[in-house]
Amino acid sequence: MTLESKTPGGPIEKKWQTHRFNLKLVNPANKRKYTVIVVGTGLAGASAAASLGELGYNVLTFSYHESPRRAHSIAAQGGINAPKNYANDGDSVYRLFYDTVKGGDYRAREANVYRLAEVSGSIIDQCVAQGVPFARDYSGYLDNRSFGGAQVSRTFYARGQTGQQLLLGAYSALSRQIQAGTVKFFQRREMLDVVLVDGQARGIVVRDLVTGAIETYAANGVVLATGGYGNLFYLSTMAKASNATAIWRAHKKGAAFGNPCFTQIHPTCIPQSGEYQSKLTLMSESLRNDGRIWVPKKKGDTRRPESIPEEERDYYLERIYPSFGNLVPRDVASRRAKEMCDNGFGVGPTGRAVYLDFADAINRLGKHVIEERYGNLFDMYHEISAEDPYKVPMRIYPAVHYTMGGLWVDYNLMSTIPGLFVVGEANFSDHGANRLGASALMQGLADGYFILPYTIGDYLATAKFPPAKAEDPSFKQAQGEVEAMVKKLISIQGKRTAEEFYKELGRIMWEYVGMGRNKEGLQKALTMIPRLREEFWQDLKVVGSANDLNAELEKAGRVADFLELGELVAHDALHREESCGGHFREEHQTEEGEAKRNDKEFSYVAAWEFAGVGKHPILNKEPLTFEYVKPSERSYK
Amino acid sequence: MDFKLKIWRQKNREDKGRFVAYEVKNISPDASFLEMLDVLNTELVKKGEEPVAFDHDCREGICGSCGMVIGGRMHGPGKGSATCELRMRVFKDGDTIVVEPWRAKPFPVIKDLVVDRTALDRIMQAGGYISAKTGAVPEANAIPVPKPYAEEAMDAAACIGCGACVAACPNSSAMLFVAAKVSHLALLPQGKIERTERVLRMIEQMDEEGFGNCSNSYACEAECPKKISVTHIARLNREFLRAEVT
Repeated sequence: MTLESKTPGGPIEKKWQTHRFNLKLVNPANKRKYTVIVVGTGLAGASAAASLGELGYNVLTFSYHESPRRAHSIAAQGGINAPKNYANDGDSVYRLFYDTVKGGDYRAREANVYRLAEVSGSIIDQCVAQGVPFARDYSGYLDNRSFGGAQVSRTFYARGQTGQQLLLGAYSALSRQIQAGTVKFFQRREMLDVVLVDGQARGIVVRDLVTGAIETYAANGVVLATGGYGNLFYLSTMAKASNATAIWRAHKKGAAFGNPCFTQIHPTCIPQSGEYQSKLTLMSESLRNDGRIWVPKKKGDTRRPESIPEEERDYYLERIYPSFGNLVPRDVASRRAKEMCDNGFGVGPTGRAVYLDFADAINRLGKHVIEERYGNLFDMYHEISAEDPYKVPMRIYPAVHYTMGGLWVDYNLMSTIPGLFVVGEANFSDHGANRLGASALMQGLADGYFILPYTIGDYLATAKFPPAKAEDPSFKQAQGEVEAMVKKLISIQGKRTAEEFYKELGRIMWEYVGMGRNKEGLQKALTMIPRLREEFWQDLKVVGSANDLNAELEKAGRVADFLELGELVAHDALHREESCGGHFREEHQTEEGEAKRNDKEFSYVAAWEFAGVGKHPILNKEPLTFEYVKPSERSYK
Repeated sequence: MDFKLKIWRQKNREDKGRFVAYEVKNISPDASFLEMLDVLNTELVKKGEEPVAFDHDCREGICGSCGMVIGGRMHGPGKGSATCELRMRVFKDGDTIVVEPWRAKPFPVIKDLVVDRTALDRIMQAGGYISAKTGAVPEANAIPVPKPYAEEAMDAAACIGCGACVAACPNSSAMLFVAAKVSHLALLPQGKIERTERVLRMIEQMDEEGFGNCSNSYACEAECPKKISVTHIARLNREFLRAEVT
């Protein structure tokens, strides 16, 4: 496999402009002759489908939900970054670029990151024009707040529901194109394979989740916008249906998987309360703007927080990182919280939590200001924990939240399968080893509105397309394989449910491939996962039929893929003998417990090639060079 | 906590459907309503029975997927939360809880508690947008929006499209849903240009889908998980009247 990043030459601030000019165009009259499939309707998928429809392409879009608006982007809370410099605090495209490369611990492609920063301003313009009700100040102009990993205020927000409002904006643009007839939406369809004809991605196989019918669709290009794989850990902040099936099956068909071990643990989630728990709830990182994180100075202090006097509290982030304080990046905040709890300073019934305290902010700004900023988050916390955060500090603990890894893509967002494009969280591209807050929404919309519509045109204009129809043998074969797998899942008739296997996989992943990783644990995971997978294929129990709405069957298919992906993540984590961003190898840390990178040996993207189930994957390397932001120890002190 | 459940089971669109009684035991008061259903479903699967089908996804009250009638209330007892946010601590130990799908003609049942709400998508497609083509827009701060308008627009835009308002309404009206979008966009200068067409087309589609009219019962506001106010229906009516006479 050859990895060609196709990064254009020239100075960084000119790369995208030059590249855009060099991209071939499709004649406006010819656009409708090209069919593009977009899988997923989150921020990246909906914005891509809408923009491609506006351009005149014939777009088919698919979701396993009933409506495009249900995609998990809707749950993002805090905000979206753009260096508009409205706060007049010295922000610029270059600073956002710099912060993102540094925040990603020097494991992202510089040219991609610069482009992301460059187009981010247009996203805000676009969203405002769509009617996204961003927060404004009394002048009527847009308001900003600051976020972890940055010292400027560049985050635009719509209360604690920014993701919802941005997704509804993209959904409205998509709805307009559906009405115009340029986009056709297929609801309740789960993509189960990509179809290759002469090595090109020419279509997909889906299952109609209501009738169980296995269908095929042909196109000139396929775009995957199917999100991340955080649910690999079972308990995460992801929506229940979020899964890796689309990208995993594309991987098995030849798409390289980039940096799978780069998973992000979010520091501010509501702690787990019991075994029955189905998911963890995230509280936006923006809370760290006004909330102060602390633990009691005394180990095992069981007093209620309000009876612990100020001098007996350890505001450990402010103590260790005086310049960034509570606003250190996510990986740092998460690791420190775990360390505090590991050392016996944790609070709450399980001892796996730290306090996030708003008392100072409420005194300083008044309750109404805090309510305006975070009202819905406070309500949510109150509802779940039965405690009022206006009166007692919140209890928080880190949880899996985002995956920086994903399918490898070149500068055009195309995977190693020609014609298969990957956008949003599903690709590996812009965040390196750690994503900064308010950057996921930015990347999803940048890819969908302003990057893919150009780059896919170049592919469509230059590639040769031998006729491919859903009746062709390659489609029939892929369809047959999917049907066989569905049949197999139903026919095992063992004793354990998909959920039970899933929970067990999640425990292995969290324990050995979670926030802190070491060689011994990873090797253990690499023997446990294949064993569990074997048991799965012998003892799985799926009730119901394949020709019906069957949530058990859907889950079984997704768990089957997680059981393979988990192994790849462990392989990647084991091979990367360094700590960087979200990947923390306990063997590689500084004396102060910070991540210790090894730039000499690991300054590359690990792009893994599938070699067969249970076989050691093949490692390909895309070297990373840093011409502008010179790698240094990432310090937030 | 232990509960007796009476859950609506319906194999598919054509099936007549019926209530089936179940029991669940040892449920934590901190568990969510859907986690309680997960426990029931695991037991059913273990016994080789089909689990209860229900739509759900984010489980934090924002995606709008979940929604069922619990004890006669949309999304269960309490105000301002979706089914997934409901905690078992609001019930009493030993309670009998009746669980049904949304009941409205434009929302046919697909299976058990899963209904088809695509009628709402079609209303949005009819006009629930500002026609801003990608790239063809002014700088974000070029048009200031007075804060009170922006805030009120946000109140309306908070709608999660769950359909509780329709299910709660004695006329199966979708007026609160439509009003939330019309109001959100009408309050913003960016949305003013297409206001006439928008309201006419959305209302036309709403009628075509078979949703009823508003008769001021206010049940929608009472049951809305996002507490969207009926004052938006008043604005919808004004917008509609204005559009009719211009």
